[in-house]
Amino acid sequence: MNLLTISKIKDGTVIDHIPSGKALEVLRIIGVRSGSKEKVSMAMNVESSKMGRKDIVKVEGKYIGEEELNRISLIAPEATINIIENYEIVRKFKVSLPERVEGILKCPNRNCISNDPREPVLARFRIENSDGVVARCEYCGKKVYEIEKYLV
Amino acid sequence: MSKFRNLISIDDLSRKDIEHILSRADEFLDVARGERKLRILEGRILANLFFEPSTRTRMSFESAMKRLGGDVINLGSLEASSFAKGESLADALRVVEQYADCIVLRHYREGSARFASEICSIPVINAGDGAGQHPTQTLLDLYTIKKEARLDNLKIALVGDLKYSRTVHSLIKALALFNARIYLVSPDSLKLPEEILEMDIDFVESDLKTAIEEVDVVYVTRIQKERFPDEEEYRKVAGSYRITAEMLESSDAIIMHPLPRVDEIAYDVDGLKNAVYFRQAFYGVPVRMAILAEVLL
Ligand SMILES: [Zn+2]
Repeated sequence: MNLLTISKIKDGTVIDHIPSGKALEVLRIIGVRSGSKEKVSMAMNVESSKMGRKDIVKVEGKYIGEEELNRISLIAPEATINIIENYEIVRKFKVSLPERVEGILKCPNRNCISNDPREPVLARFRIENSDGVVARCEYCGKKVYEIEKYLV
Repeated sequence: MSKFRNLISIDDLSRKDIEHILSRADEFLDVARGERKLRILEGRILANLFFEPSTRTRMSFESAMKRLGGDVINLGSLEASSFAKGESLADALRVVEQYADCIVLRHYREGSARFASEICSIPVINAGDGAGQHPTQTLLDLYTIKKEARLDNLKIALVGDLKYSRTVHSLIKALALFNARIYLVSPDSLKLPEEILEMDIDFVESDLKTAIEEVDVVYVTRIQKERFPDEEEYRKVAGSYRITAEMLESSDAIIMHPLPRVDEIAYDVDGLKNAVYFRQAFYGVPVRMAILAEVLL
């Protein structure tokens, strides 16, 4: 079993069914970067019956908040979250795509009002899921296809 | 019937909403012409906030408001106003809403009107936001088509700059609600963007001559010199999309143009029954009256 390639964790979160190649993005979203203290293990390009290939991320001692789940769902809409306590899965759920997100994506349109540093405005997007996740700026209407590039 | 508080984007309107505004405009036609007096907006003040010049749009809103008995205040010259000195749009709006009952906003940033409608406690009407939306232009175009031709099962040719013209893009979105067949007439470098071509509406690529023979409406837009690498190239292209009286000899198609024109419609067309572009400018008044009445009453 491929799961054996990464060690079990005692307490923390396992994020499974991440599209292959997006594990590093997920780590960035949950705030793990070089210098962080969390014990992290991950596997990339693991075989998956559902997805062909997938990535998995395990973080010891960290539970994931709603805001982070929203972000993860944008780049990994199929991801499943396993909450681990004392080596047991105590909760398991799929991320769900929010209808709209505020303040977590930047509009690619440089002339969009949401990119004017003088204005008290938070970029807000409507999320559509047809043939992949697409975010549409609620101000200027610009569509974002490569969402990971515009996460703030 | 539908009732809306702001008018930000043509995308927010259903076919029913559009029909409602257009039939309301009908009720104001004679008032717009000055043949009947109406004071339904007496005591109401409209603030015209134009951060970009657009004299025709501003004046037609002004005319619409005054014909209904209301008053208008203006930003004045941009250079002289405090807004030019680095004040945010948000602050400007919060001040202006203290002085007026409704704001008409034209601003160079896309999405500014939506943003304004979220900030203001009075209605906001979008009069153009950057390369974004200009819904009152689209509504007056639709009204012109309704009065001078017909809206349902229309055959319309869009001629000129189909790539950058936002009037064209919004008009297509609206016409999609009315089963139009759209003839596209443009130079290769100014073709309609892919994402609009994907819309569920009947498109036909055409040349100008065929289009004039087959359609009910010819909608002409300006081809801008800046879009071309050199002037020679521009002249060649622009010349082949120029409409003259001779081309219309056996055609009943109406000719529309959002104005100002440069030379894409010859002056000898002006006297023909096909020419409706000045009436199109007039129709902006009853349509804007209908919108003002909608948001203010
Ligand atoms: Zn935007």
